[in-house]
Amino acid sequence: MATTPPSTAAGRAAFADATASDATLRRFLHGLPGVDAVGLEARAAALGTRSIKTTAKAYALDLAISMIDLTTLEGADTAGKVRALGTKAVHPDPTDPETPKVAAVCVYPDMVATAKQAVGGSGVKVASVATAFPAGRAALEVKLADVRDAVAAGADEIDMVIDRGAFLSGRYLKVYEEIAAVKQASGAARLKVIFETGELSTYDNIRRASWLGMIAGADFIKTSTGKVAVNATPANTLLMLQAVRDFRTQTGVQVGVKPAGGIRTAKDAVKFLVLVNETAGGDWLDNHWFRFGASSLLNDLLMQRQKLSTGRYSGPDYVTVD
Amino acid sequence: MSDKSAKAPQKPAKPGRSAKAAKKDQPGTGAGTATAPARPGRLAVFKTYKLYVGGKFPRSESGRVYEVTDSEDQWLANAPRASRKDARDAVVAARKAFGGWAGKTAYNRGQILYRVAEMLEGRREQFTEEVAAAEGLSRAAAAEVVDAAVDRWVWYAGWTDKVAQIVGGGNPVAGPFFNLSSPEPTGVVTVLAPQESSLLGLVSVLAPVIATGNTAVLVASEKAPLPALSLAEVLATSDLPGGVVNILSGRTEELAGPLAAHQDVNALDLTGAEDPQLAKALEVAAADNLKRVLRPGTDGDWHADPGTHRLTAFLETKTVWHPTGSLGASGSAY
Repeated sequence: MATTPPSTAAGRAAFADATASDATLRRFLHGLPGVDAVGLEARAAALGTRSIKTTAKAYALDLAISMIDLTTLEGADTAGKVRALGTKAVHPDPTDPETPKVAAVCVYPDMVATAKQAVGGSGVKVASVATAFPAGRAALEVKLADVRDAVAAGADEIDMVIDRGAFLSGRYLKVYEEIAAVKQASGAARLKVIFETGELSTYDNIRRASWLGMIAGADFIKTSTGKVAVNATPANTLLMLQAVRDFRTQTGVQVGVKPAGGIRTAKDAVKFLVLVNETAGGDWLDNHWFRFGASSLLNDLLMQRQKLSTGRYSGPDYVTVD
Repeated sequence: MSDKSAKAPQKPAKPGRSAKAAKKDQPGTGAGTATAPARPGRLAVFKTYKLYVGGKFPRSESGRVYEVTDSEDQWLANAPRASRKDARDAVVAARKAFGGWAGKTAYNRGQILYRVAEMLEGRREQFTEEVAAAEGLSRAAAAEVVDAAVDRWVWYAGWTDKVAQIVGGGNPVAGPFFNLSSPEPTGVVTVLAPQESSLLGLVSVLAPVIATGNTAVLVASEKAPLPALSLAEVLATSDLPGGVVNILSGRTEELAGPLAAHQDVNALDLTGAEDPQLAKALEVAAADNLKRVLRPGTDGDWHADPGTHRLTAFLETKTVWHPTGSLGASGSAY
């Protein structure tokens, strides 16, 4: 497994020619093979029909729980809510200490310190959205200040949004440079780059954005903010998984994937895990390389887990209300 | 009754059976499935009976069906044989519908239940045929059953905004308080419909549950599920929000087990659990999360005055203490 951070010179050097100017970057990204939309959706749908039962299901449920970025990104977030979320991240099911911890809690930058305190030394990471999330409409200096603020408060991971306006109008180099600058400002924190695939219109654009993000130094590529109508779908996640697989083949650098938004049931989550295994491979079946951005998903996973262990269908009265 | 794969859910593929069904299909015995061609040369249109879950009509998730026969063992139709996953989906739908249904005014619930009676009245012919076939009744006797079922809906429609006066009210307490009790619905109720009375019994157990604001997951009579599955079509066209009533057909024992143990079901009506062993096992399973259980024993004559015991079986009592300040010289602060 290649674990070299992609920001190292070796990772990006191969693309020095491509990133030399707006024109070369454009030529490179538009030179990527076009996406067969029908084939992609059919493949994603076909992989969603696998039946995962008994021990495989138990494994998948625990794995999915351990991959969750437990998220609260509301204007109404309070310190109390973030503390409750942190507690839940460490002990998702208080009735069963065997339940794995989630991967991280994901909050706004001003809540990072609170979240950090709530998860303590449990090993659960704290991720923070930054760069004028979710719109990303701010000056670069403001975005970088946002990132530095989150890192200073102790964030282990930074979730940034790309400038979709610049991307859609073809100013790829601007997007590239912004990601690179944020990567630098993040320092040791892992950087997740959100493309907001629901706003990119085409699968070709999602493929281009994936490569652009990886070349620019993303540690994770992430589908969505969860704030628009179309969020993570099996098809766009499959496309991004193909991108990280091809990127590793080409450069030896492994990049993670995080679908976010709209994944609410355990069944959906297991379908995504099938996609991961069949597309990127088993190397990605680890919360270092694959995450779910979700909040209500955890409750459904816990209810399914309770069903497996007791044989009785569980109900929402037996999990916490978020 | 044997199980058939869903790939061939329609029976007429078997010529022998189809001919038999057509032959005996004189008016009054056809049960709405194997309707004989009205004109020679016209192809029969067979009805696919389906489940009713969350306001939609899905096939069983398992793809299974089973053969339903009339009282003389003649094939009538294939009914879906629901699995425990269908039961789980039905509970989710019932839970989702509960807040909205319980939150409607009692008067509005009464209007909707009356609307169900209206819709049922408009389908008297169809239900008469189905009940006659299912229970082996003459056409006249079946028509009487359907009339009684319509009247039963009207009876319970009238009760929706009167239950609170019967089981609620002010309580005399030794202190400066208004003390008020009011009935509230229990939640999601699993109803095992009576096995013998396929329509009147069904309505008599279902209507009181939803009249008070509960939502229901109903397991239809195993032997005679067709009137229940057709009743779903009536409910779907009567302003009743989707999910308030969910109707499953199949093996009562197979469906009742998971429903009795389900942690998100609040109450259980064991009318259709005829086997005492089964009823006992279900009661034990239901005790795990303290479900309310109604075990009526032999609930025989469905034509008799139903009384209010089924209305009050699935209610919780909320009591409010409202301070009134110090008592005046008269001993009353209000």
